[in-house]
Amino acid sequence: MKEYDIVVIGGGPAGLASALAAKENGIKDILILERDRELGGILNQCIHNGFGLHTFKEELTGPEYAARYIERVVDMKISYKLHTMVLDIRPDKVITAMNKEEGLFEIRTKAIILAMGCRERARGALNIPGYRPAGIFSAGTAQWLVNKEGYLPGREVVILGSGDIGLIMARRMTLEGAKVKVVAELMPYSGGLKRNIVQCLDDYGIPLKLAHTIIDIKGKKRLEGVTLAQVDENGKPVLGTEEEYSCDTLLLSVGLIPENELSGGMGVAMNPVTSGPFVNESLETNREGVFACGNVLHVHDLVDFVSEEAAVAGKNAAKYVKNQSENRVSAANSEEIVQDTKVCLKPVNGVRYTVPSTINPSRMEENQIVRFRVGAVYKNKTIGVYFDGEEVLKRKRMVMAPGEMEEVKLSKTMFLSHPNVQSITIQVEDV
Amino acid sequence: MEKRELTCIGCPMGCAITVTMNGMEIKDIAGQTCKRGETYARKEVTSPSRVVTSTVVVDGGTERRVPVKTQNDIPKDKIFECMKALKGIHITAPVAIGDIILVNVAGTGVNIIAAKNIEQQHFV
Repeated sequence: MKEYDIVVIGGGPAGLASALAAKENGIKDILILERDRELGGILNQCIHNGFGLHTFKEELTGPEYAARYIERVVDMKISYKLHTMVLDIRPDKVITAMNKEEGLFEIRTKAIILAMGCRERARGALNIPGYRPAGIFSAGTAQWLVNKEGYLPGREVVILGSGDIGLIMARRMTLEGAKVKVVAELMPYSGGLKRNIVQCLDDYGIPLKLAHTIIDIKGKKRLEGVTLAQVDENGKPVLGTEEEYSCDTLLLSVGLIPENELSGGMGVAMNPVTSGPFVNESLETNREGVFACGNVLHVHDLVDFVSEEAAVAGKNAAKYVKNQSENRVSAANSEEIVQDTKVCLKPVNGVRYTVPSTINPSRMEENQIVRFRVGAVYKNKTIGVYFDGEEVLKRKRMVMAPGEMEEVKLSKTMFLSHPNVQSITIQVEDV
Repeated sequence: MEKRELTCIGCPMGCAITVTMNGMEIKDIAGQTCKRGETYARKEVTSPSRVVTSTVVVDGGTERRVPVKTQNDIPKDKIFECMKALKGIHITAPVAIGDIILVNVAGTGVNIIAAKNIEQQHFV
């Protein structure tokens, strides 16, 4: 069985950045497994610009952003296999995968980086009544058809859900000559980035109807129209608010789900809020030597933060592999047991989750970034961080929204001045 | 005095900016949290511009289409003219990032460049 130091599952932005960081931190034997025909993941179909503002201080398109990482992966001679599907990962880190050339094969590795990304929530998960005609696509599928294949899926479009891909596709289909009639969002706020609402909807006069949903789908062979209705605070349609829209295409942009079948299969503990693994400060899961980053960990808005997070996972995976080989030598002459103290992070009062969910102060870097999302739109609030009830950090925020990921930075000094801290609370509070 | 409400797109923060105008004259810009916000608002009310991205057909490549973009932003009212100019363009692989696809699109003085490397398709 072929052996590696680190195997990265997925060759999208998270996989690429984590592999590069692992290589830069001295690991030679790295393998990236990618199921698609090329590296770069979803960036390849995201032809709009706006990527890389944080990382490269310029606005790139998705393929350009991906190319910068792919070129470095090639330059640094990191090996990768394309068209390769991982079928199973065992808890003892034996990976079963298959491709055309090698058939079904197994590889063993010291560390694993989970970077499988996410997939779109589909119509079946929404329980929209009505027929099942042609013309209903997820926004990402429409993006693939338009940008990669050069097909326009329809002429008259209604979009359900105001996630970023839906907003991007509203503009894209408009530019290609389609008429986007409306974007309906179930929630009273948009799930997309503000800049996308401005540049994809406002620029083209496309109305965004908040607190609205689709209650009927018409057409037997091809979609002919949908019925929109306002919803009340419980998400139930309000009688008498129905509006008919004729359309031949319905795009769904109703959320992304981390793709964690492989993680679950190997016993990685999952956070029900993010649908991604629970991780510690090193972005390591409850399975030793198994790290996670990018959209498989929690869905991001900006690829820049995916790359940044993935680099942390790659660096820690490298550290793990190096420690493991050193420990094997030292373990023979010492019985020393490392005492691991874990501090739990508790998201409360408006904060839905945190990544990481635990911190081991002895293993943390000088600064620890904690990323999280809030559960509603908040204006002029503060984010408060408490170590066992004692305030250590306050950050003012003019606007916080569920669609925009937040972060706070915890420093090593905070932990040094609170050596016995048991839990850290992060919450939204009044100024 | 006319007030225009804008959302800054300089960064994910998305500051809500209010520009007070007297005809074409900017009287006040408020709400931004950094210099970029002011620059954005000033430009947005006087000469709004956008980077346009699309795709064109590639012949003989490993992919059917190559993503392209305007090398710089172009006036907002030239977007559809730019899209029209891209219709029907065929280029031949290989294509490299930065290759000029079309010079001076829609009379804007801005070139359309390739945004992806596409290799030649070799048939075995």
